[in-house]
Amino acid sequence: MSKAIVTRNLTKRFGDFIATNAITFEVEQGEIFGFLGANGAGKTTAMRMLCGLLKPSSGEATVAGFNIFTQAEQVKRRIGYMSQKFSLYEDLTVKENIRFYGGIYGLSHQQIKSKTEELLGKLQLQKEADHLVSSLPLGWKQKLSFSIAVLHNPSIVFLDEPTGGVDPITRRQFWDLIYEAADGGVTIFVTTHYMDEAEYCNRISIMVDGRIKALDTPARLKEQYRADSMNEVFLQLARAKPAENNSSS
Amino acid sequence: MQPIVIENVHKSFGDVKALHNISFAVEEGELFGLIGPDGAGKSTLFRILATLLLADKGNAFVNGLHVVKDYKAIRRQVGYMPGRFSLYQDLTIEENLNFFATIFKTSVEENYDLIKDIYDQIAPFKNRPAGKLSGGMKQKLALCCALVHKPAVLFLDEPTTGVDPVSRKEFWEMLQRLRQKGIPILVSTPYMDEAMLCDRVALIQKGEIMQINTPGNIVKSYGKKIWAMRADNMFRLIQDLRAFEGTDSCFAFGEYLHVTLHVPVAAAEAYLAPLQHGNLVIKPAQPGIEDAFMQLMQEQNETV
Repeated sequence: MSKAIVTRNLTKRFGDFIATNAITFEVEQGEIFGFLGANGAGKTTAMRMLCGLLKPSSGEATVAGFNIFTQAEQVKRRIGYMSQKFSLYEDLTVKENIRFYGGIYGLSHQQIKSKTEELLGKLQLQKEADHLVSSLPLGWKQKLSFSIAVLHNPSIVFLDEPTGGVDPITRRQFWDLIYEAADGGVTIFVTTHYMDEAEYCNRISIMVDGRIKALDTPARLKEQYRADSMNEVFLQLARAKPAENNSSS
Repeated sequence: MQPIVIENVHKSFGDVKALHNISFAVEEGELFGLIGPDGAGKSTLFRILATLLLADKGNAFVNGLHVVKDYKAIRRQVGYMPGRFSLYQDLTIEENLNFFATIFKTSVEENYDLIKDIYDQIAPFKNRPAGKLSGGMKQKLALCCALVHKPAVLFLDEPTTGVDPVSRKEFWEMLQRLRQKGIPILVSTPYMDEAMLCDRVALIQKGEIMQINTPGNIVKSYGKKIWAMRADNMFRLIQDLRAFEGTDSCFAFGEYLHVTLHVPVAAAEAYLAPLQHGNLVIKPAQPGIEDAFMQLMQEQNETV
């Protein structure tokens, strides 16, 4: 199986409002896929459906080979997820968070132990192992929370604005982790408001008002829209929307 | 008179030094940017200036008034938009605006010319509860509420964080227009590209100011030669360049890597040649504010 994600006309309605409107796309295994769009374009809704957290209104989709309508529980076991807002327990220590998530994902005691060592070593957090997560700087939290999101070797990891507010060096170190994971075959599905980060993706889609308006490699999108940067491409596509008809962001 | 003056301000929370010896002044009509990541101390400084928090040491003045002695007068004169959305989610756009006008003993009509520009963009949704607006709309409403009493100074704490590039651009266009009306603005942001839109900026990190200057001068003062490099496999290129002894720094910058070297670029080319990178491109690049920020961060880390 080489497709990590396949969707066909995936749609979510909330009453009269269509948050995600018949989106169709595929993501290859091991690909870094950037999922872009303005606030309220429907990204979060789409992502929640793909994670098995929200039932679609219509359409089809498989994630890691499982149907998101009928096999949501299997999907959840095969994916990792991290967001800027919620990911780690602030009042647990670094080690406790690793143990907790390891347990949630069904790793054995032995696996958790070796993963903990490996992860603390890689992030150079040995000294902070018994510190509360709340005491870590944001950048470290985000690196830790990414590492925990891939603790159970998921085939896909969903990252919802993982680098917001992080300093420029840490932001790049974070992308080093993403590159490394992708190099190891993990599919990365990421949203961001930093348009330079869009350039790091193999392919990107841009959502406008619930629909996918563009999907290609950054280079081809820039060519198609005669733009010098992804920022310009984004502005051209997203600015064309006149009405505010959405409430989520 | 300088509308904002900060003199040797210190603030700690337990062991954490949130602000360490901060001094600077904002000039009349200036759009001044406080640029730094989360945890740099930006919000702490805003809270001290907005008279919501006491500094441990040092003085600060807003419009010539002292932040402790004259706190009541300051509160009437400043517009403050905190980092967290702090309007009433269950009141509509219109209700929020009227509420803040009333608090400041004025009316929306009285200073309408100041907010008209911004309010026009959200007016079609004026009966919608604030909690049901998208990120960009919320920020526009919050800006209207901060302006409704025609403040003498405007404090904007990360108004564009988490906001998409379109709304960010629109928000900065509004700030440029407010600046033309002569209102001094102190604005913070973690987005380095926004620094270029300010008259002057302070780069802040770990509670210390690393540099204060015009964005143009900060970029000019960046001393190193930058090489933009790319290849088909960027991850391998990053690893190879970091393993190269002639490399000072190697960071991803959009489509290219930004690489600084302490050897001639020919040496790097010679090193990369046998590694067989597909479509390798190496060319000189102009440094940006983010390059400068990262260099200053590294210098700061080395001296700590």
